Amino acid sequence: MDDPGHRNHDLGGRPAGRCARDEHEYEAWEKRVDALMMVLWTRANAITVDELRRYIEELGPAAYDEYSYYERWMHGITQALLQRGLISVEDLGKKMAEIEAREHG
Amino acid sequence: MAENSTRPAVPPLFAVGDRVRIRNAHPPGHVRTPYYCRGHIGVVERLCGAFPNPEELAYNRSGLPALPLYRVRFLSRELWPDYSGRPNDVVEVETFQHWLESAE
Amino acid sequence: MNKPVDRADTLGYYRRMQAAVEELLILRGVMTQGELDRQVTDMDARTYKRGAQVVARAWVDPAYKARLLADPRTATAELGIDIGPTHLIVVEDTPKVHNVIVCTLCSCYPRMLLGVPPHWYKSREYRSRVVREPRAVLAEFGTALPADVDIRVHDSTADMRYMVLPLRPAGTEHVGEAALAELVTRDSLIGVGLPNAS
Repeated sequence: MDDPGHRNHDLGGRPAGRCARDEHEYEAWEKRVDALMMVLWTRANAITVDELRRYIEELGPAAYDEYSYYERWMHGITQALLQRGLISVEDLGKKMAEIEAREHG
Repeated sequence: MAENSTRPAVPPLFAVGDRVRIRNAHPPGHVRTPYYCRGHIGVVERLCGAFPNPEELAYNRSGLPALPLYRVRFLSRELWPDYSGRPNDVVEVETFQHWLESAE
Repeated sequence: MNKPVDRADTLGYYRRMQAAVEELLILRGVMTQGELDRQVTDMDARTYKRGAQVVARAWVDPAYKARLLADPRTATAELGIDIGPTHLIVVEDTPKVHNVIVCTLCSCYPRMLLGVPPHWYKSREYRSRVVREPRAVLAEFGTALPADVDIRVHDSTADMRYMVLPLRPAGTEHVGEAALAELVTRDSLIGVGLPNAS
């Protein structure tokens, strides 16, 4: 069991495998997550990158490894927005259901 | 986000060339001092300026007064007991003042 | 330019969340569609070529190089490059010292200058190992340094962002600035690679 004082995202010096020279193209939605964060942080001054990082760090080791980079970002952005009251859990739930219905409709 | 020299800031305690030790603490929260350098001694390479404390910003607080941010240079062979590179290889880490103690 | 496409298999949970959050924030007036679209285009336009341009100028003009090392924001602006609020540090390779950049804690990268970082820069493997066994990692990128070169690894842990100023390849004394910029690779600006020789 790892030392809980050594946080799972704090990777410097940990044993790990070979570096894969992954260069794949970003998906459209991933670019929009990136853009969303940049606009929220630098134009709207709505959330900070520090909040984003904190929520990502709090995901815990399993989710940190299983979720992709922009899935982690989306998690962090949403938590920050919820904490600041810029969106509500209720509105988000309804909108996500609406979007799912649109895709399947 | 851009550096703002009019915001309140803690005065710098350390100068370039000072030997400093990183506090050997392991708190929870949003910490930007990597685990691998804690407890180790390094040398101040430069003072980068003063910036709001990310540990506070992460909790929606202002992070003010801004804290001096240094780059601290560590010998890689002192960080890693099994280091197999050259004796003067270094790792340089941006470290906020409240994580530093004098090691002179 | 390749238009990025979404995976055709599923509308994933986080992709649905992204669409929902975007719609809600636009409805609430926190941002506009236009701002988001512009941000996507702006980011696409930022590539490592901007860094290559800076490096080539520094190679041909020693006074520019001195200005670049002293005040990167002003020096990049001289070339029409706006790095915004980025606190940039340019680290210079010498015949005896080779620089490598990493963010062990997340993925900090000089995005306003170079665009989005490559996937491997954000990987567990790179972030874990390059501070501890840099030459082994460089070897995995096909890079071998001379035996008498020291390595300086920069961990981008706070507000600073880094770009490597690589060594000008030998035998390029008569190569013009534009052609020199073509020799600079993205990997050489991070330090896992070297510029092309010709």
